[in-house]
Amino acid sequence: MAEYLRGWLQRVRDGELGTLPIIVGLVLIVVTFAILEDNFVTERNFTNLLLQMSAVATIAIGVVFVLLIGEIDLSVAFVSAVGGVVMTLLLRPGDPGWSWWLAIGFALLCTTAIGFLQALVITKAGVPSFVVTLAGLLIWSGVVLILTTQYSTAGTIRIQNDVVVGIANDFLSATWGWILGGVVVAGYAVSQLRTALSGLNSKPLLVLGMQIAGLAAVTFAAVWYANKDRGVPKVALILGILIAFWSFVATRTRFGRHVYAVGGSAEAARRAGINVDRVRIAVFMISGFMAGVGGIILASRLRSVATNTGSGNLLLLVIAAAVIGGTSLFGGVGRVVSALLGALVIASIQNGMDLMGLASGTKFVITGLVLLGAVLVDAYAKRRRAARGVV
Amino acid sequence: MADTPLLECRGVSKAFGAVQALYNVDFDVREGEVMALVGDNGAGKSTLIKSIAGIYSLDEGKLLFEGEPIEIHSPREAARLGIEIVYQDLALADNLDVVANMFLGRERIQNGFVLNESSMERTSRETLDSLHVTTLRSVRQAVAGLSGGQRQAVAVAKAVMWNSKLVILDEPTAALGVAQTRQVLDLVRRLAERGLGVVIVSHNLNDIFEAADRITVLRLGQRVAVFERAKTTQEEVVHAITAGALTHAPGAVDVEVVEA
Repeated sequence: MAEYLRGWLQRVRDGELGTLPIIVGLVLIVVTFAILEDNFVTERNFTNLLLQMSAVATIAIGVVFVLLIGEIDLSVAFVSAVGGVVMTLLLRPGDPGWSWWLAIGFALLCTTAIGFLQALVITKAGVPSFVVTLAGLLIWSGVVLILTTQYSTAGTIRIQNDVVVGIANDFLSATWGWILGGVVVAGYAVSQLRTALSGLNSKPLLVLGMQIAGLAAVTFAAVWYANKDRGVPKVALILGILIAFWSFVATRTRFGRHVYAVGGSAEAARRAGINVDRVRIAVFMISGFMAGVGGIILASRLRSVATNTGSGNLLLLVIAAAVIGGTSLFGGVGRVVSALLGALVIASIQNGMDLMGLASGTKFVITGLVLLGAVLVDAYAKRRRAARGVV
Repeated sequence: MADTPLLECRGVSKAFGAVQALYNVDFDVREGEVMALVGDNGAGKSTLIKSIAGIYSLDEGKLLFEGEPIEIHSPREAARLGIEIVYQDLALADNLDVVANMFLGRERIQNGFVLNESSMERTSRETLDSLHVTTLRSVRQAVAGLSGGQRQAVAVAKAVMWNSKLVILDEPTAALGVAQTRQVLDLVRRLAERGLGVVIVSHNLNDIFEAADRITVLRLGQRVAVFERAKTTQEEVVHAITAGALTHAPGAVDVEVVEA
């Protein structure tokens, strides 16, 4: 046990920070705002927070995959807008009045195809992802403007489908909230125990127990707190499923392993016979898909789309969430769950600042400083990882 | 050691435009033997091993593997035959652990698409143990944290794990310190003891005289000598490297010149 702690401490010193910075950051933020603003620690604000972070977290999951292979996707905010707009247009009663699952399905098909197209240019034409997705940012922002102005008079298009509106505005009953919490903890426990019991090198059972207990405490406290207000938001369920699914893909499948390999050393991956281009294309398709899901959640929350959908600081917040959560900009390091944690940090800062009534300019400065801090920590960690390296 | 060489190159030639990288080279390796491939910079060592590994195609000459004539068009074909090559940069992904690196590109799966971690971990551990690589505390360490000798050992173990019959090591000790070099050379000898053929490309004559059974000397793209390590000296090898008799003047391959 002592050896494990020593090993962990050494890993931290060697730049493998994992989720440590976020946990520290989150604690700092909660404490700071709790002191500065009474309304921060209310149950209502907690459920508001969960709602506010859900779209950012969803899109950030896709961005995590892109960052893992050492690339960037600057178009995600407007691709998410395209997803929301396409879905909303298809839902308009009678014109064409598609059912919700068809509209959502088609919208996601569009955003995934966008990811595919951008990836084709990046891999076949060899243009850096920064430039291609920057061009994409401009193109899709234009498409959103065209679509929203063409099909509306005031620039806003309402969503007239209860199921879709319910995605981001409905809440689970208290019972279902507890069940969800239980499933999360049980799922985590099972996956951790399975690795421990298969006899592989892993953490001492005491640490395992503490981690499961810690997660259980946080999860059930969150459910209890949310239930005191309106309950756990439905969107938390959706997010939970997405995180579980993509975490599994990243850590337990061959594809996920190849993603990390390409991020660590594309040359090593190529020599090992991995089709690097195919991995790149798949990753950008994931980014497009998750951007679409996030766009649908956002549209549902606002019950509409408008000419300014996808604009503003959405892109910034998404990338900040991924990076703050612990995914390295340099590739090869990061976890899917970091999207969730980073989004929590970002959302809580934004939420706290909103409650304090800070001016927009001040909020931008503070959020930017937090992002800068996260990137500096990442760069420092990378230097530590390189320093203890080879020969 | 068998009578038929494991790998035989007969009259192999390869040119890159105007540069004749290899001319009429004969080269063979037997099972269970360590063959050193030496020569100065530009002698053609790299071209020869890359041709064997399937990266380059040969202009002329024949390749025989276990007595059968073969053509190798890609690294995959080479791997299928049982030829593995460990490059100088090791081609390891620093962010992944030892197990992930050893199975890179050839991961084992269960239930259709889930990684079979326990099986891969066991096999990695067994392979490293069989090669007496004892300094690795855990196969779950990230490769970035390993020393040069350990990284080399992982790269070699990775090559050996796949039913390989011939392992080619390109400058395995180039960047290593004394103790680590010792580790790697022991590893090389152990490979030969297991019956594999080993080709070791190196500049370091001390290492070669420790680990090799035979020494092939290339100079300016031609084979100028083959020595049995036990029957030669470093001076003789150095002389061959720098002034070995060429059968053809380099660059003028249709003119025969015999050097005095």
